[in-house]
Amino acid sequence: MSTSAQNGPVIEFREVAYRFTGGQELLNRLNLQVRRGETLVLLGRSGSGKTTTLKLINDLVSPTEGEVLVEGRATTQWDPIRLRRGIGYVIQDSGLFPHFTVERNIGLVPTIEQWPADRIRKRVRELLQLVGLESNLAIRYPRELSGGQRQRVGVARGLAADPPILLMDEPFGALDPITRAELQREFLALQQRLQKTVVFVTHDLREALLLGTRIALMEAGRVVVALPPAEFTQSSDPLVNQYLDAFGAACNGNRGPA
Amino acid sequence: MNVFQFILQNHGEVLELTLEHLWMVAASTLLAVLIGIPLGILITRKPGWDKPILGSANIIQTIPSLALFGFLLPVPWIGARSDRLAILALTLYALLPLIRNTYAGINAVDRSVVEAGRGMGMTDRQLLLQVELPLALGVIIAGVRVAAVISVGLATIAAAIGAGGLGEYIFRGLAMVNNQLILAGAIPAAGLALLADVTLGWLEKRLSPV
Repeated sequence: MSTSAQNGPVIEFREVAYRFTGGQELLNRLNLQVRRGETLVLLGRSGSGKTTTLKLINDLVSPTEGEVLVEGRATTQWDPIRLRRGIGYVIQDSGLFPHFTVERNIGLVPTIEQWPADRIRKRVRELLQLVGLESNLAIRYPRELSGGQRQRVGVARGLAADPPILLMDEPFGALDPITRAELQREFLALQQRLQKTVVFVTHDLREALLLGTRIALMEAGRVVVALPPAEFTQSSDPLVNQYLDAFGAACNGNRGPA
Repeated sequence: MNVFQFILQNHGEVLELTLEHLWMVAASTLLAVLIGIPLGILITRKPGWDKPILGSANIIQTIPSLALFGFLLPVPWIGARSDRLAILALTLYALLPLIRNTYAGINAVDRSVVEAGRGMGMTDRQLLLQVELPLALGVIIAGVRVAAVISVGLATIAAAIGAGGLGEYIFRGLAMVNNQLILAGAIPAAGLALLADVTLGWLEKRLSPV
């Protein structure tokens, strides 16, 4: 990897537009940089383009205009398979394979990357421990787990091949508040240790303030502001204020770790 | 003489006709599996191909079976032997449930699961073989089950073109106005249909994930 790529942003959106074939516009002149080791939260209401922005990074969708650079190279120039295997992907409801055991689910990327079997087994044990699950869960099927356990498995699967980048699409959205708070705390601890470059999608302002090192507020396919949590809550931007008002009292006294 | 005495007395012939019947059903169902499942997979991959292919299979289904046997008679090699002809006709009828169930089964796989796999860098082939087909297997086997049961019934008509099978008794019974003879064909045929249904139903349950 060249030094310029090392020093530059890990992910960069340059004037990106995304339209459906029908012409309906989802993203419009999107510019955004994600720095190495930061947790960038994409915050916004439903339909604001957060998930599409995330999928542009691992080339699940391709930009209609502009380009998305990952490690300095446009996603369209990457072999999509190679690109995706270097990016962890964690989604809501975990997207676990229902017919795979926990062990096979977590070991998925190592398996398709053809790691030797004993190395995969070791890695799965390591990951179960990392996300706070008992190793005897390895032989269970996703349906035999609680929602919180499934989501932990989802995170473990995303981390399996130790990708430098992690994309998380409302990973804790479907959990009850207590479990969610638990996983959020663990995510923070984990991120402090692993220092991945994380792009995290949520519509929950509290989650954004808690987890993000920077928050990008999206509206109608554009990034309105991208600020660290402390500056975000002080922002005079009308849309930010609208958001802060909507969450109102809930956010007072909880302005994240910053 | 009741029908069971008849079957007992002619057990050699009954067995032979049953085996002929079974052969036609098994061969046509197998052929339909070999053609129908790949076609079903293909139309999940090529947008726009689903309607013409499902439509054609649907149209075949609407052709009366006797007429279809007649249409196929002039086809070289096929028309030369009546059992080949019967097997081809039965295969054509069995295609629709197989194509449709493969297509529907794969499309019914949770999109978030498929997208998770794609997002983690699985190739289309890996997704198909490790995720989509295993998760759709129950629905696909259900299609095989429907096809096999329909084939058992339709194969009785193959006797009309001299392909043998249990339809022999039924047609002979009809011609001689002999209900026992009709039943001697119909009862073993019903037995075969039940057997196919139960066996494939069991397989469907065994192979359904989750």
